[in-house]
Amino acid sequence: MQEKISFLEVSAIEKGTVIDHIPSHNLFSVMKILGVRYMENRITFGSNLISKKIGLKAMIKISDIEIPKSEYSKIIPFAPLAHISYICGNKVTMKDILEVPDHIEGSVKCGNPVCVTNIENLNTSFVVIDKVNLSLKCSYCEKITQYDKFKPKY
Amino acid sequence: MKKSLVSINDFTKEEILRIMEITADFEKNPNQPILEGKIIASLFFEPSTRTRLSFESAINRLGARVIGFSDTSNTSATKGESFNDTICTISNYCDMIIMRHFMEGAARYASQISSVPVVNAGDGANQHPSQTLLDLYSIIKTQGSLNNINIMMVGDLKYGRAVHSLIQALSHFGAKFTFVAPKELELPNEYKISLNEQGLNYVETYDIMEYINDVDIIYMTRVQKERFSDLMEYEKVKDEYILTNNMLSNTKDNLKILHPLPRVNEISIDVDSNPKAYYFQQTKNGMFTRMAIISYLLGVK
Repeated sequence: MQEKISFLEVSAIEKGTVIDHIPSHNLFSVMKILGVRYMENRITFGSNLISKKIGLKAMIKISDIEIPKSEYSKIIPFAPLAHISYICGNKVTMKDILEVPDHIEGSVKCGNPVCVTNIENLNTSFVVIDKVNLSLKCSYCEKITQYDKFKPKY
Repeated sequence: MKKSLVSINDFTKEEILRIMEITADFEKNPNQPILEGKIIASLFFEPSTRTRLSFESAINRLGARVIGFSDTSNTSATKGESFNDTICTISNYCDMIIMRHFMEGAARYASQISSVPVVNAGDGANQHPSQTLLDLYSIIKTQGSLNNINIMMVGDLKYGRAVHSLIQALSHFGAKFTFVAPKELELPNEYKISLNEQGLNYVETYDIMEYINDVDIIYMTRVQKERFSDLMEYEKVKDEYILTNNMLSNTKDNLKILHPLPRVNEISIDVDSNPKAYYFQQTKNGMFTRMAIISYLLGVK
């Protein structure tokens, strides 16, 4: 019942993409990665909604856009359990549940301040060493960054 | 296909053993000008004496020539040139780049940009693989083999890159480890987890004397004051991680003491004359090891 109420808290869109089950504290990181501040589409979002799965969740609805699958790996570090749905004519036409990959490129900043990726103009690259608790080993400085220390790279 | 040496993990067990063979060959015949006509760049973005001179003498003994710098004050980096541009440019002038940099991961980045092989001579607190290979050579030379070595590592096990890389390398050879460090400088968990996963034995203690008579190698490192968040803690432990000659009286005959140097006071001077002290020979082994690394990566050995 509560799921349904929270769903209605962010009004439905006729066509576009819905990203659901984002941990509330990472909503703005996900928005930053998606580049919503530069979009001219209609965007609605809700945060601190109740989720049976992850406690407090956030969701974003962006009208008239389809987020390419190539963007998923950038979102995953900040919303590993997210669901991405495509809406057309008020109906869900496709739903993807994210899966943590073996490698993560870009999106996350390396937690080591003297890592070359934090000093030079260079994308980050990590090997996922723990898919459950999300810990990433930097391919450059070889230091480990844990989920609770993730920050968006750009 | 160019091959670089950035991290000790870039070499397989077989490659490590191959480097050991080539090193032994260079030790027998140190002057083999097999790289005549080659130019090797020695780029030290961060000062170093031992490592730089060791690499440069290795290059000279191989008959190649050296270009480069020992600090960045008279390079274009001071004009604001990016690291990317510096490496792109210099890799056009030479057949190999040997570099040290304070940025961690700098050598990995350089190896992606450069058209010639890159040897990491230290990237911040991260990797220093030629040190690891010379440590391994010192072990094989004094113990006859790398297999099943009982090694005690003492001092700063938290930040010491030499220690971390040596643990990774010795893991190929079924070593038994004894870790001796003050509480604040204990070995990070990730290394213990990795040893557990590989089924390798280790013990931890705060007391050097507890296992000293069982081990084949003592690997000493410096306990640095600036690593402590609690200076009271430093004052308490600073004298407990010093090795003195009288501590060695009941140790095994084959024991050798290694140290990546520079030493401050963690090995007392009275140990130097003990035949078990091996840290100065270790630096000489370093030159032969670096000759081996360079000639292996350039495909001439």
